[in-house]
Amino acid sequence: MVNPVLKVSQLTKRFSDFTAVDGVSFEIRPGEILGLLGPNGAGKTTTIQMLLGLVTPTSGSIEVFGLDLSTHREEILQQVNFSSTYISMPQALTVEENLWVVARLYGLSDIAQRIDRVVRKLEMEEFRRKVTRKLSSGQMTRLALGKAILTEPRILFLDEPTASLDPDVAYKIRALLKDEQRSSGLSILYTSHNMREMEEMSDRIVFLQRGRLVAEGTAQAIVDRFGQTDLEEVFLKLARESTASLSS
Amino acid sequence: MKLHRVTALIFRHLYLYRRSLPRIMEIFYWPFLDLVIWGFITLYLARYQPQLPGFVTFFLGALILWDILFRAQQGITITFLEELWARNLMNLFASPLKPSEFLVATMAMSIMKVTAVSIVMAVCALVFYSYNVLMIGLWLGPFVLNLVVTGWIIGVFTTSLIMRFGQEAEVLAWSMVFLFQPISCVFYPLEVLPAWLQGIAWVNPAAHIFEGMRAVLTTGQAPLGDLAWAVGLNGVLVIGVVGWFYRTMAYCKDQGLLVRVGE
Repeated sequence: MVNPVLKVSQLTKRFSDFTAVDGVSFEIRPGEILGLLGPNGAGKTTTIQMLLGLVTPTSGSIEVFGLDLSTHREEILQQVNFSSTYISMPQALTVEENLWVVARLYGLSDIAQRIDRVVRKLEMEEFRRKVTRKLSSGQMTRLALGKAILTEPRILFLDEPTASLDPDVAYKIRALLKDEQRSSGLSILYTSHNMREMEEMSDRIVFLQRGRLVAEGTAQAIVDRFGQTDLEEVFLKLARESTASLSS
Repeated sequence: MKLHRVTALIFRHLYLYRRSLPRIMEIFYWPFLDLVIWGFITLYLARYQPQLPGFVTFFLGALILWDILFRAQQGITITFLEELWARNLMNLFASPLKPSEFLVATMAMSIMKVTAVSIVMAVCALVFYSYNVLMIGLWLGPFVLNLVVTGWIIGVFTTSLIMRFGQEAEVLAWSMVFLFQPISCVFYPLEVLPAWLQGIAWVNPAAHIFEGMRAVLTTGQAPLGDLAWAVGLNGVLVIGVVGWFYRTMAYCKDQGLLVRVGE
């Protein structure tokens, strides 16, 4: 049996009397894309923030590459990266300067060649010398993704990576991520509100609702379990249950 | 002109003050500090005017040294704010970057800013007032070094508060250092302060530096005692404030504030 690259056990986060994540356990295997799905407020973002060491869990454990995140933070984060639509890069720097800073931050060698490679992969040639504040939202998303793959991580956390992209670029990004997964054995934790994308990208899906894990398995297995026609129907059913329980 | 649009904007800003203690405090902060600083200067001049060899010597020297402390503090706090404004803190703290490395980087930025500002101020003082800052002599080096460290202490303390209370506390980046100005005895000697305030000023390393500067300029004596106090206090306070920064960071991570600090 292959050891998981990420193992989350009984992860819980409480903010005063509000429980954002409640005893969640899951794992990611090497080279696997795991979809993290759930309506707004389900605890996806808090979970990712805990996995990145930005929020301290109330209880539970996070093991990455067999190491405890709380005691091996630096070692683990060296091999992990993330991209989120909701996080920005310094606006006054050019695309290249931003990538250069990230490369230095992670202590990479052959920086110029690596940046060239990422720029080519994400088709950023035409705006590589442009100041970040002048980028369109689609270009900004590509830069955020470029920053994430520049460090050649072993695990990538992607929070809605295609949210502001047009269908053509989104398709290319998905193809690129699949290619990275195949060629380098990259493991990805992926969140998206695009259910078709989730079905296409994820090897397995973890479904969160009000901080709890309510389903885990392949997209088809989850659809079957809830007796719906597709993942979108499952999502709508669970999201409406969440809304109803909040208003009652 | 539509009154409703004007009032909309007024309300937009009043709403900010309704729940923000730092903003309310800032309204009263500057007038209060002006009163304190200039009040003590007036007392000093009234009491010692006949004995003062030259105002320019004292005041310009004090002003340049004070600005060094101020820029050293700004170098730390503004560097943090730049990351906050750019919504880049998550990128930094989700990388292998350690808090100690972050602090060292901000201190390096602070040294660069202090160097640039010091050169400009020294040249301006020479050109406009024929004032040579080097007249303080060899003691200028240790004075400057200690003031930079005091600036770092205030800078790290302020940064911790902004990290803890979020963007609404960013006014502290410009105002906090001036809370230390009355007890730094920049423009007047320690003895001008009321007895109870002298005790507080005594634990402020900057007060010993400015006392030392005045001693050099008036008597030419080596300010070894003042320097020893400044170095000792700076050493203790640096350890304390770095510990405070780590504690605040742990608290912010526990409360999820680090990822929301820009809001």
